[in-house]
Amino acid sequence: MKVSGNVFKFGDNIDTDVIIPARYLTSADPDHLKEHCMEDIDKSFKDKVKPGDIIVAGRNFGCGSSREHAPVAIKASGVSLVIASDFARIFYRNSINVGLPILECPEAFEKISEGDQIEADFDTGIITDKTTGESFQSKPFPEFIKKIMACGGLLGYTESELKD
Amino acid sequence: MPMTMTQKILADHAGLDSVAPGDLIEARLDYVLGNDVTTPPAIKVFEKLGVKDVFDKDRVLMIQDHFTPNKDIKSAELNKTMRCFAREHEITHYYELGRKEMGIEHVILPDNGIVLPGDLVIGADSHTCTYGALGSFSTGVGSTDLACAMARGVTWFKVPDAIKINLTGCLNKFVTGKDLILYIIGKIGVDGALYKSLEFAGDGIRSLSMDGRLTVCNMAIECGAKNGIFPVDEITLQYISKTNPERFSAKDFKAYTADVDAEYSQVIDIDLADVPLTVALPHLPSNTRNASDCTDMKIDQVVIGSCTNGRLEDIATAVDIFKGHKVHENVRCIVIPGSQKVYRQALDNGWLQILDDAGCVISTPTCGPCLGGHMGVLAKGERCVSTTNRNFVGRMGDVESEVILSGVPVAASSAILGRVGTPDEL
Repeated sequence: MKVSGNVFKFGDNIDTDVIIPARYLTSADPDHLKEHCMEDIDKSFKDKVKPGDIIVAGRNFGCGSSREHAPVAIKASGVSLVIASDFARIFYRNSINVGLPILECPEAFEKISEGDQIEADFDTGIITDKTTGESFQSKPFPEFIKKIMACGGLLGYTESELKD
Repeated sequence: MPMTMTQKILADHAGLDSVAPGDLIEARLDYVLGNDVTTPPAIKVFEKLGVKDVFDKDRVLMIQDHFTPNKDIKSAELNKTMRCFAREHEITHYYELGRKEMGIEHVILPDNGIVLPGDLVIGADSHTCTYGALGSFSTGVGSTDLACAMARGVTWFKVPDAIKINLTGCLNKFVTGKDLILYIIGKIGVDGALYKSLEFAGDGIRSLSMDGRLTVCNMAIECGAKNGIFPVDEITLQYISKTNPERFSAKDFKAYTADVDAEYSQVIDIDLADVPLTVALPHLPSNTRNASDCTDMKIDQVVIGSCTNGRLEDIATAVDIFKGHKVHENVRCIVIPGSQKVYRQALDNGWLQILDDAGCVISTPTCGPCLGGHMGVLAKGERCVSTTNRNFVGRMGDVESEVILSGVPVAASSAILGRVGTPDEL
């Protein structure tokens, strides 16, 4: 499976309070959450982001709260993938559970710029910056994670496994 | 294979003789909890799973604390969703406001004697790591994990590597567990323990009270740790003998010790006497300074409370400092006892009167302002010294407001001085 899109670049330690501020947690509806995604770090994000776009960030992305609302808000915004140098552990787990693709690749963070057009292949883990022509190798998903992603998250995966 | 405390608890709950860092295991859960923000989405997932009942109504806990007493219609609806589910499924540990058992989740679970040494707990709240203070393994998860755990009573874990924090000596006067954990986070950074356990060891542990240890483990997540854990000692035993005399006398708990040759990815030695009164300046818990170097920072608000510092010892410390003093004319000081039990004890001890005389406002137990929910949200340009756990951009209100994290002695002194300050200045 491949995704491609325009890059929104953020720095280190992007926390769940800026991804989706707690004042909006009175509803878990994805359509409500996407209206406030990244609001406290980039007010215009919700208006600029287009389906398929990709977030590239530094270390410890998603640190802070356990709120699953954070990956849900990013996914509902249309973001097809988050690439970071590394992720905070609860966010990492929540992203897989809600079916938001994530890849760890410190080199991609160093070399990719805001606004670049990039493509990522989940089967090989290869990230290609189409703007600069550079490629980066991230660790591809294991099979069961690929299945969870294909089912849109842990719930869909569990349902499909129960049917089998 | 030598193991850490965390690895032993995980191995036992997975029915394995031993585990190694990186192993993926499925483990039995003793308790599974959620709050009014994270439980309603979990209930949705739970219902889609088509499961009829939770795995054990005594072991699935639902605590209202984040936006309660309900701050608006939407939060009232969230709470109603959780309340209806709790009633329908006869959840034992669901408490209404004002009842003697109620309060902030991470204050009441240890204090009500629910979690004991050796237990394995997950919660849909990142500060679930608090209970490591009792020698248990506990960690935060999201709502989907919570839903699946509510259904099955098991979940998967990746066995973590560990950092050993070796404590010697004794904390100085007014220096608390909060200063210690801020000092550690300042040393290793907000991702310094990413995916790992923080395992505390050494003689210095003896000088840390149980409330202090709970504060330390509470903020393990703020350096990225999966959990923080203390060994069980006399102080732990004395504490649980009071919180759960039945399980204590039946020896229905397990004290795990790390093997002497257990492997750690890093060992950090700390002489507790070297830990200063510490603050974390905006906008990361790792942005630490000596409190005494920040006395030119004027403030508008002080918050004393939260799952980090809303325990009885915290309120007692605040009362000692406020005795005979007034809150500065430019400051509002919000004191939030972490549970109804703490509130009542403070009332019975005459402490609330002292706080009231000093000009503090006293709130019912709630997470409230810690996450910018309600009961003390900041306006643009305002600055707050807070005993809570996070000072991220916009955490307590406007994106241009600021939160400075501290322990109770610095927070109370700052409220009196109208700026960041320390008790020896009073």
